[in-house]
Amino acid sequence: MPAEGATTHLIEAPAKEPLDVGQADSVVVENVTRAFTTRRGPVRALDGMSLRAGRNQLVAVVGPSGCGKTTLLELICGLQRPDSGSVRAAPAALMPQRDLLLPWLSALDNAGLALRARGASRAEARRAAAPWLERFGLGGFESTRPAELSGGMRQRVSFLRSLLAGKPVLALDEPFAALDAITRHEMQGWLARVLADQPRTVILVTHDVEEAVVLADRVVVMSPRPGRAVAVLEPEVPRPRSRTDPDVVALRERALQALGVGA
Amino acid sequence: MRLVRRYLPPTLLLAALIGAWELYVDLKGSSFSSILPAPHQVASSLYTDRALLWSSFLITAQEVLLGILVACAAALLLAVAIHFSAVVRRATYPLVIASQAVPVVILAPVLAFWLGFGILPKLVVVALVSFFSVVVTTLAGLSSVDADLLKLMRTFDASRLRTFWHVELPWALPGVFTGAKIAVAVSVIGAVFAEWNGSNSGLGYLILVSIPQLLSARAMAAVVVLALFAVALFGLLAAAERIALPWAHAPAVEVPA
Repeated sequence: MPAEGATTHLIEAPAKEPLDVGQADSVVVENVTRAFTTRRGPVRALDGMSLRAGRNQLVAVVGPSGCGKTTLLELICGLQRPDSGSVRAAPAALMPQRDLLLPWLSALDNAGLALRARGASRAEARRAAAPWLERFGLGGFESTRPAELSGGMRQRVSFLRSLLAGKPVLALDEPFAALDAITRHEMQGWLARVLADQPRTVILVTHDVEEAVVLADRVVVMSPRPGRAVAVLEPEVPRPRSRTDPDVVALRERALQALGVGA
Repeated sequence: MRLVRRYLPPTLLLAALIGAWELYVDLKGSSFSSILPAPHQVASSLYTDRALLWSSFLITAQEVLLGILVACAAALLLAVAIHFSAVVRRATYPLVIASQAVPVVILAPVLAFWLGFGILPKLVVVALVSFFSVVVTTLAGLSSVDADLLKLMRTFDASRLRTFWHVELPWALPGVFTGAKIAVAVSVIGAVFAEWNGSNSGLGYLILVSIPQLLSARAMAAVVVLALFAVALFGLLAAAERIALPWAHAPAVEVPA
């Protein structure tokens, strides 16, 4: 994809630990079809869906409800296989829609869950996760259980948990959808800063067009079910992006038009 | 004021029931009280027989407590086996359900024959009658783990066993307590029936020997102790759950999907 050079943050922020996937694109979804059998007959979730994400790019996927966005993420994470077409992706960790923190674990132990899942001891996982909590503005909340954390904090712990899986690709499923508007804006800014510091290839599924345009290197607009890409926008607006930047507003309008809801 | 609102209704209801009972026995005449003793006779037995009731209570309480513990351990093991293996589920689940239909009165003599007259056959009876509800609630807990959480663990490359250990098992623990709380009442009844076969102590045994001696007030006093014990045991389990699994009672933060 030629647009890769248009992004700037690749040059600004080299990965601390190179996550080499051996190819220019970390995620390549080509002409994928995926159908499910339900009680009311077959449902085609995706039909001819394609998407590319270059290394350390953030690709936002926007689309109407039920357009197969979650299916797309699960294909990228290897949780599902396509019926036809191909999915090539570097190892990906999921960040689910709801934070799904384990209520019996502290913030620190929740953050280290991916390490525990790979066999690290509790002490090892804590040692590895502790400095991150500090960096994520969660210092002092190490031993707090999720029920006592705010929505934004829970989402940050959830993101950290997926980040510490150490996968080159992060699949974020509407990570901020459940937050109130103010917290959501804060978290979007926060995510941009974290990714500038810790580059990862990110597939960000969202129904918030503005979020997509503000954060992404590429915005893929999907059709209603069966989902496929109907437009690809490549915001070349320098970061940090303001919501009120005329270019951002114009891109948002283009994305909304592609979704068929433009004014 | 809150205390009054909380305790006044049950106190009033209890007083009314006891009053009606007293009146009923009084109207039926004194010979009837050897079948159904009046509350004041039960109260007097609770006092005069207190040493006997206490020593019997200790025996029965021990049987019930240990029996529930055995039931919880065995039920947890079986629920985990069923959860992991469809074959085990198909093989054992119908039997577990069917075993609940076997009356304890049939089983107790057989168990006494096999296991003697000590505490062991009583434990087995209590465990058998408590077992079922714990299996069901534990299984419900194991299978109620959020599907997205299991997907998350898969993208973290967690093995089946690690997912079980870190996610599914803790998730199911409140179910174990729920099952045990449901089992409290039947476990007390189970202990009484078990003591009716081959024992010489305990509240069940006390009831058994009091009735033919026309000591119905003493038998009823033993029943009162059993009922109070069931209530206390329920409270004890609830408290143990709050201490062991405080997160299960933390105010849930509702996050819309």
